[in-house]
Amino acid sequence: MSEAVHTIGGYVPMVDGPEKVSGRAKYTADFIEPGTLAGRIYRSPYAHAEILEVDTAAAAALPGVVAIVTGADCDKTFGVLPVARTEHPLARARVRYRGEPVAAVAAVDDATAAKALKLITMKVRELPAYYTARDAMAPGAANLHDHRPGNIERDVHFELGDVAEGFAEADLVREKTYHCAEVCQNQMEMHAALAEYDPVRGRMTVHASTQVPYYVHLMLAQILDMEMSRIRVVKPHVGGGFGCRTETLNIELIAALLARKAGGGRVRIVVTREETFITHRGRPETEIRLKIGMRNDGRITAVECECCQRGGAHSGYGIVTILYAGSMLYALYDLHRVKYIGRRVLTNTPPCGAMRGHGTVDIRFAFEALIDELAEELGLDPFAMRRANYLTAPSFTDNDLMVNSYGLPQCLDWLERESGWKARKGKLPKGKGLGMACSHYISGASKPVNWTGEPHATVKLKLDFDGSIVVLTGAAEIGQGSSTILVQSVGEVLGLDLSRIRIVSGDSEVVPKDNGSYSSRVTFMVGNAAIDAAQNLKKLLVAAAARKLDCRPEDVECLGELYRAGAQDKGVSFDAVVTEALREGGTITVTGNFSTLPASQGGKKYRGAAIGGTMGYSYSAQVVEVSVDEETGVVTVDQVWVAHDCGKALNRLTVEGQVQGSVWMGMGQAMSEEAAYHEGLLLTANMLDYRVPTIKDSPPIAVGIVESNDPYGPFGAKEAGEGSLAAFLPALANAIAEATGLRFSSLPVTPDRVFAALEKRQRDQRAVPGKAA
Amino acid sequence: MARLLTLTLNGRKRVDAVADNLLLLDYLRDGQRLTGTKTGCDGGECGACTVLVDDRPRLSCLTLAASCEGRRVDTVESLADGGRLSAVQRGFHEKLGAQCGYCTPGLIMASEGLLRANPDPGEAEIRAALGSNICRCTGYVKIIEAVRHAARLKASGEAR
Repeated sequence: MSEAVHTIGGYVPMVDGPEKVSGRAKYTADFIEPGTLAGRIYRSPYAHAEILEVDTAAAAALPGVVAIVTGADCDKTFGVLPVARTEHPLARARVRYRGEPVAAVAAVDDATAAKALKLITMKVRELPAYYTARDAMAPGAANLHDHRPGNIERDVHFELGDVAEGFAEADLVREKTYHCAEVCQNQMEMHAALAEYDPVRGRMTVHASTQVPYYVHLMLAQILDMEMSRIRVVKPHVGGGFGCRTETLNIELIAALLARKAGGGRVRIVVTREETFITHRGRPETEIRLKIGMRNDGRITAVECECCQRGGAHSGYGIVTILYAGSMLYALYDLHRVKYIGRRVLTNTPPCGAMRGHGTVDIRFAFEALIDELAEELGLDPFAMRRANYLTAPSFTDNDLMVNSYGLPQCLDWLERESGWKARKGKLPKGKGLGMACSHYISGASKPVNWTGEPHATVKLKLDFDGSIVVLTGAAEIGQGSSTILVQSVGEVLGLDLSRIRIVSGDSEVVPKDNGSYSSRVTFMVGNAAIDAAQNLKKLLVAAAARKLDCRPEDVECLGELYRAGAQDKGVSFDAVVTEALREGGTITVTGNFSTLPASQGGKKYRGAAIGGTMGYSYSAQVVEVSVDEETGVVTVDQVWVAHDCGKALNRLTVEGQVQGSVWMGMGQAMSEEAAYHEGLLLTANMLDYRVPTIKDSPPIAVGIVESNDPYGPFGAKEAGEGSLAAFLPALANAIAEATGLRFSSLPVTPDRVFAALEKRQRDQRAVPGKAA
Repeated sequence: MARLLTLTLNGRKRVDAVADNLLLLDYLRDGQRLTGTKTGCDGGECGACTVLVDDRPRLSCLTLAASCEGRRVDTVESLADGGRLSAVQRGFHEKLGAQCGYCTPGLIMASEGLLRANPDPGEAEIRAALGSNICRCTGYVKIIEAVRHAARLKASGEAR
């Protein structure tokens, strides 16, 4: 007897795993075809300057050089946000950061292109440059962009509830300043683009290492001034993104400009690791002044937060980042009196963007570190203090965020038990410590960046004579496992083994448009669309089966490979049902859609209040155990326990992988990663100076999956790939506080900083007679 | 200057004309179209280009092709046996040692090198052997599980 196949909730290896482990998976740089021109980018050596002349004559004369483009070739601008499209793919009139593209060369081979770059010169008039937010905001500073006086990209200000009254009600009020260094995604695949221009048809095809082929498509049309219908965007395998590939990057635009200027043919640009760092779009350097009031019972009575981000030279995602930092103060705890002042500042450094945990991470570090300190001072257990501030679901926050499911209490219960918190906290040997913290994240922004009125997600399914089902989606598989989740979702509805289902993702010629793989939207939104599509297909199959079985559709039982009219019925095979279903109209294609509820799209209480709105918040809580070597300042993370409320784990294997990866990326930011500059020159543009943890530095990470069964999520699911990043940072700082008695408010907590702080404490203690340790 | 290079590449003897300064990485990718081996950095930082030279892991981005004269060079493409995944490949696939997959060929070859030398490595030995391979997705937890799983598959004869 046949039974319906179920994979949801199982440990399912990724559907594209075999390609990845065999070396057959092709990434953009792997398309090596004879006759492809090599593209290279000439970058500004100046941090801020007016361009007087870009001389490419000598480069153009070099044998083997086929095309050169400069800012003169394109007066159009691009940018991810419709309200902030102010960036040129190649600088015109002004350069605003060291490394900004100024010209680009396509040549017969890479060596010739590299040689040609050396022959390009530029004449400039240097302008005052600002490398910190403070300098850029100083009175009298020159404006980087004429339309942004004072170099303020966006000022956000809201006060919801009477904050002064809240502080007056508190038993303890503390205020502190926190600093988080700029960090980069540093995904393993360096940026690459392959553009092919067909001058006969006037068509452009671009392969790009992107998270959002749709955005690349839009920006190519804008930059090339071409009809969208003449453009095709292909997303091959992508070697990670973590947010920097959400925006269209200048690299794919420049490759396309070169291919067209060359008169046709292919141009491939594979940038270096250094250029990948400079292209940036990472998490901005952030300074946070935070003031929190708490009652003796742990209830938070008021929050005042001032956040300043060094955004870099162009807007990018900046407006959204500074809005997230404010709006996502909410939806984790039950807060009512909150004041937020946010400033996104333009500086002469590479543009920042939407890094994993977009806008929420640094704020969460400050918040969870400060409430830990308040709890300690009030003699409260960190778990008990957080339990005093739980939300309830369903509910709306004061800034109109819709909370539909809330698994934070279950996260804390699991965490307290598994980490042995009660028995161990405060009882560890000297130099060891336990710290805990919480975080949360959205399952896709309820209001899309490009508001077109279409559904938020659309999936097509094709069923043909061979009985195979092809999922067509624009959702970019970038390593997070989205293709696997979509295949599982379709298989689950139809009760079919995954071997019957194939997926094509990310080729605009074939797949429907998708808003892309970011803000953790794919499982929730595209997953729901996939379920809808599969249900629509199932209706057709059930109708066909009913005709074969001579019964009513409502009496048909679908068992995947078998459709029958009742338990006693022998039934008909899936293949026979397919043949019947195709009889009338041939090959079947069905559509599935998903749109968010208007009520989840945020409110209007302040400008930009839609940011933060989602249909499902994930919740995470972590305990970090550390050992601190007081002789060297080296902090070792011995173990992490993390509980993550993902609504429902559609695939436990990939949920665990995503949660572990998030925690670990948080660890990198907390302990070693830092983008450092000297007068705008990125000093850490390689993987030795930009230190990501190696396998030797990385702890065991025990994952507890909490399933709150979201009422709107696909099979109850919410996001799993971002929400667990932020909590690591404060959990680490809180653990170090137990181990050393020192509370670090600047990240990363590197050994030299720990050592310096320990030394300073020793000096201070010596300086006060009678207070020596 | 160029020379004739004789080596055994993925089990097959080859003779190729190579420039003296040609990197093994470029010989493999551009010359032999073996694009499984990846470039992840500007030289010696990330381990994505790891291949085996006479069974020992080497960074092909820091190795001259000419230095492989008379040697055996194995890339990720050599592991699958008639299309069947090898033990290490199965380990990485089944235990989610690979997410985006870009560091994977390098990590798989470093793991293969480890298991050829030490069929039953402990956790500390796995960490030591993979210490120069950066992965940005997994946090390494499942990579360690993948290598252990591969060792079991090899030991039981379920996979090579």
